[in-house]
Amino acid sequence: MRIVQAETIQKEITRLFLDAGVNIEKDVDTCLKNAAINEPSPVGKNVLEQIIQNNEIAKEEKLPICQDTGMAVVFVNIGQDVHIEGGSLENAINEGVRRAYDEGYFRKSIVAEPLFNRKNTGDNTPAVIHVNIVDGDKIELLAIAKGFGSENMSAIKMLVPADGVEGVKKFVLETVDKAGPNPCPPIIIGIGIGGSFEKAAIMAKKCTAKPLDYSNPDTNYAKLEDELLESINKLGIGPGGLGGRTTALKVHIEYAPTHIAGLPVAINICCHASRHKSCII
Amino acid sequence: MISLQLPLRDEDILRLRAGDSVLLTGHLYTARDAAHKRLVELADLGKPLPFDIKNETIYYVGPAPAPPGHAVGSAGPTTSYRMDAYTPKLLELGLKGMIGKGKRSDEVIEAIKKHSAVYFGATGGAAALISKSIISSEIVAYPDLGAEAIRRFTVENFPVIVLIDCLGNKQYDIGKEQYSGI
Repeated sequence: MRIVQAETIQKEITRLFLDAGVNIEKDVDTCLKNAAINEPSPVGKNVLEQIIQNNEIAKEEKLPICQDTGMAVVFVNIGQDVHIEGGSLENAINEGVRRAYDEGYFRKSIVAEPLFNRKNTGDNTPAVIHVNIVDGDKIELLAIAKGFGSENMSAIKMLVPADGVEGVKKFVLETVDKAGPNPCPPIIIGIGIGGSFEKAAIMAKKCTAKPLDYSNPDTNYAKLEDELLESINKLGIGPGGLGGRTTALKVHIEYAPTHIAGLPVAINICCHASRHKSCII
Repeated sequence: MISLQLPLRDEDILRLRAGDSVLLTGHLYTARDAAHKRLVELADLGKPLPFDIKNETIYYVGPAPAPPGHAVGSAGPTTSYRMDAYTPKLLELGLKGMIGKGKRSDEVIEAIKKHSAVYFGATGGAAALISKSIISSEIVAYPDLGAEAIRRFTVENFPVIVLIDCLGNKQYDIGKEQYSGI
């Protein structure tokens, strides 16, 4: 049994969110720069150049990339041979988020109750935490700062088996087209297919944090990712929604076994400010 | 590139067309969901608003806190459709300009035409860059709302694009049409 101090988890969470909020992922930066070269729309190209410049300023001056520093979503893969000492996992993660959003001058965007009084918690907690127990004696943390301009454009639908590949394509294109300029294109699209209602949504969320050069190892799904990206970039929405080719940077799909009666499809949209960092303790 | 002074003048608004790139200089007010709700609740009761809205411009933003040495933290636009339910009322009261991102409802577009107003877009997610054109910030109402409080910003060469002009032309539709299918 390996012992990990709760404080170690808290410090890592703080470090990951402070890093994610101001330093754009290298693959996203590269992808944006390539898109700026290839974008045929002058106004679209200008938006991409503003975004690239913004990300440089954010990095140099340690300013948040976007004022919506997001809701903290944390995926934890915890080895079954790990024992956490000195506090609970949940408290350690929330304390980590609290400190990051305070130290980083990040916006506090969380309300304690969603419908009746919507009072801000003042420290951007609580985080949404997904825990998986896995083999081994390590703890893997994935910290996602999820902005809600794009979260609000996400969708889930319980398709039926007869809808098939065409049904999935139709749902994805409709969702992206309807979102239009709202989720701050160019976007990254995470799609979860199969599982149950909530499993599809969780897979979609995880997909938004995958490296942009990663494709699904199953060739059918990899081909579907490419076809969807091609079709999405023909919609004409473009950077900032002002018209152009670069509507999405990548489509990621994850799938899971599902019920004989079902074909759940969840689409989680992420803006170009895709902020996520991970570590292994 | 057109340079304009805030508050906007009617003759400037009449000349602007969807797709025009504009640099704004002067002052504007910030408000998003919660502040809009309170403003319209006051207006519906016939009570005065916490600032004179006539001829003013509202920027839909909830800025990040200002780090030491900065007038504001990162301050990019939020998605505008969430303000649609409240916007026609504010336009009726004399609001002339709005800055945000994303599409507006048919009701808002009709109200923009009726009251000869303009809807500008700023680049979503370019929040650190945009903060460079905000010179000062002071809270004028609802400090309890934190990031959602109403602030008065002084801006210099704030870069925007006309998304909906006073005739109801929509840049998102024009731009998309041009590149769709390519």
